[in-house]
This record gives sequence, structure tokens and C-alpha cells, in this order.
Amino acid sequence: MYREIRNHIIKNLKAGIRFDGRKALEYRKPITVEYGFTKTAEGSAKVTIGETEVICGIKTEIGKPYPDSPNEGTMMVGAEFLPLSNPEFEAGPPGIDSIELARVVDRGIRESKCIDFKSLCLEPGEKAWTIIIDICPLNDAGNLLDASALAALAALKDFRFPKLDEDGKIVYKEKGTEKIKLLCEPVECTVIKVGEFFIVDPIIDEQKAVDARLTVAVLRTEILLLCRKAEIVL
Amino acid sequence: MSELLVKDKDIVVPGEVLAVGMDHLPGKGTYREDEKILAGQLGLVSIDGRAIKLIPMSGRYIPKTGDTIVCKVTDILMTGWRLDTNSAYSAVLSMKDATSDYIQRGADLTQYFNLGEWLVCKIVNVTSQKLVDVTMKGPGLRNLKGGRVFSVNTNKVPRIIGKQGSMVSMLKNATGCRITVGQNGWVWIDGEADKEVIVVEAIRKIEEESHTSGLTDKMKEYLEKVTGQKVTE
Repeated sequence: MYREIRNHIIKNLKAGIRFDGRKALEYRKPITVEYGFTKTAEGSAKVTIGETEVICGIKTEIGKPYPDSPNEGTMMVGAEFLPLSNPEFEAGPPGIDSIELARVVDRGIRESKCIDFKSLCLEPGEKAWTIIIDICPLNDAGNLLDASALAALAALKDFRFPKLDEDGKIVYKEKGTEKIKLLCEPVECTVIKVGEFFIVDPIIDEQKAVDARLTVAVLRTEILLLCRKAEIVL
Repeated sequence: MSELLVKDKDIVVPGEVLAVGMDHLPGKGTYREDEKILAGQLGLVSIDGRAIKLIPMSGRYIPKTGDTIVCKVTDILMTGWRLDTNSAYSAVLSMKDATSDYIQRGADLTQYFNLGEWLVCKIVNVTSQKLVDVTMKGPGLRNLKGGRVFSVNTNKVPRIIGKQGSMVSMLKNATGCRITVGQNGWVWIDGEADKEVIVVEAIRKIEEESHTSGLTDKMKEYLEKVTGQKVTE
């Protein structure tokens, strides 16, 4: 079904130019980050890469730590693809793509150890902060992975712990001041292979013609943290 | 005596009062509320005698009989093909409107048009329930092989085509690309990689400046600048 568009993409890549005039290893412009996009979340951000727009919100609650790590807080990443952002997305329970996106973003944050989970513990074995990161694409014009990972990182930087009242309950209405300590800043980059060519920041047409996809999370010091290979077509 | 509150070619937004009084008549894109005539959408005012019309500047495509559109095959039916028309209503291309070949009952229709293929077709009928029938029989109506499709604002399509197709033929001459502009806002192009990018950027520029006058001359200048060649209309 996508063979014709794939052939056309490869023909253009042979000439060294992509559909929107970019070179193979060039991101769309502008890339913008807007902190504090929603009022109700403890941390939020909106990221745009070209026409792709993603918002990310972080809520928190106090929960019980997992039994195997009694002195650590927990983190969850969820993603919901709204039909509003792409006509091919369906409403309803999360599909395979949104689960994959959430997991890739989760791994980037978790494996980079940018959050010190021990610092999220309030009372070992009893009480710890649970950080819930929710990702929601507003417009899918391709490369949701990179945009979502960047949005999640930006939302973490915007995150403030809410205040607690005398009974130890969270007062959600007031915005706190204490930040979460980030030890590093992982950024994810996705490279796709179409024919014999490798390109970054794919648009929708290019994503449909994909032969293989690789996502890596990197730090400023260029340490490889995570690899996610997917959609390999042999 | 009724009062006209806008001038010809003013840009108005939905809900804006265009005229007060019963002497004027609400035309396309406007509606009457008691004494007032209000704009129903974003557009340019066009005053034609007593009638006030709006030339829309935004909104989705609505199928109209006689339009030539670019569509995509989304389903194979028992007797034809279902096409996506870039609007809320899908179109049906029946076998007899697609080809003059004899097709055996139960034959595989994908050998004519397969899923995901792009077609240029013409709307022959739109029912009151917005069931759309299209045909492939006519000059220039064909299956679009290769190339790529991108979408533009349907309300700017007349400017992209230009008077008697002057704008689009200028684009073709300047870039050597093959271009098909559908009334539904889908544009198909095929050509050399760098030239295709010029076409896309030129069409985006036309969309942005569609409300200005002397656009063909402006675009001629622009194309001469980016291609570095003399452009004939």
C-alpha cells in the first residue's frame, strides 16, 4: 500500500533532499519548549517539533513503595493518542503504538537514572511519591517519540512537589516550590532507515515507508543509554 | 432604511454584523438574526446588489457536482471503489464509471485500482444526503502513479489554479514538475526532488498571500528568484 510513496521517498533521498526540503540528518524547525502549560498538573510542558505538538503533564500522589524496593519512589508513564491529533488514531484503550511510546519514554528517564528514586521516599516501606507522567500528542506530524521524550523531560524540570497538610495529605490546590532533583537530562533521538538511507525526525509519509527504526537516549556526555529497535522489515 | 456596516472585500469573522435592516439579503456564508445579517464563517465580503455573500477563507471541502478532485482508494466494494475525498463524505466510483472494459462478476477489482492509490476523478452527482458519485471517464481523469500528495486549504484552490489555470501552468513551466490540483485541496506533484520542494513552498506562499492582488506577477518574480531562470506564464 505504501510502496509507491516509499519509492518516491527513496528517489528523492537519492537526490539528497526530503519532501520538506530538509537533508537526511536535519530536524524540523522550530523546536520549541513551553513550560507550565497546564495549571492543574504539578509539572507540564508543551513541545513542538515543526508541526508536531505534544503536551506532557505530571501528577503525583503518595503511594506504597514496591516490596522489592521499599526505600524508593515510583514512576509511571502513560500515553494516549487522541483521534484529534491524527485521523488514524482511534479512541479507546491504549493501542500498541501508544504503549510503545510510553515505554520508550519511561526507559529513557529510568535508565538514565536522572531521577534519584531514593529521594522520593517519605517513609521506607510505607510512603513514597508516585510520579505519573502523561503524554498527549496534540498534532501528530511525525516523530512523536522524540517530541514526547523531550516533553517528558521538560515537564520534569517544571515539576514542583505539592505541599502536605498536617495529616500528611497532599494539598493539590497550592503549587509547591520544591523541585525534583534531576541528575542528568536524557534526550531521545530516533533514526529510521528507508531503503539504504538513514534519516532523523521523520514526517508521516516517511514513517509509513520505514524499514527499520532505532531510538537512542543520550546525555550531553554522549553516553548511550537505551536502544529500541522496532519495525524491522526484512 | 437599512445600513451596511462592511465594505466590499472586507475580511469578517463569524458573528460579525454585516448589515442592519431588511433591505439587504443574506447570501452564502451569512445568516439573518432579526434585523441583522451576520457572518457565519471567516471570509471576504462580496456585495452583489442587495445580497451579501461571503467568499470563505477557511473550512473543509464540501463535495459539489462538476468538481475535479484528487481522491484516495480506501475500500473495494462489490461493484466499485470507495474513495476518500478529504471531506466528511466519501465518494463511490462504480465499475461502469471507472473503465469500459468488460469485468467478470466477482473479478478482483484491485487490478484496476488498488487500496491506497490516488485518482483524479470528477464528481457527477451529489445527493441531498451527500452520497457522492464520481467518474473516471473524461479528459485528464486518471490514476496517479508515483509522485506524492499534500493538502492545501480548499478555499485557496482557485488562487492556486489561477485564471484559466495560469498560476498552475506557470508552476509547471518553472519547475518541470507534473502537478494536479484537486478542488478538494489535495495536490499531487511528481518531478525532481529539489523542484518538488520549490512547488510545495510556492503553493504555501500562494495560500498565505491569496487575498492580495497581482499575485501571479508576485509569484513569477518569486519563481524566477528561486529557480534562477526566466519564467513564462
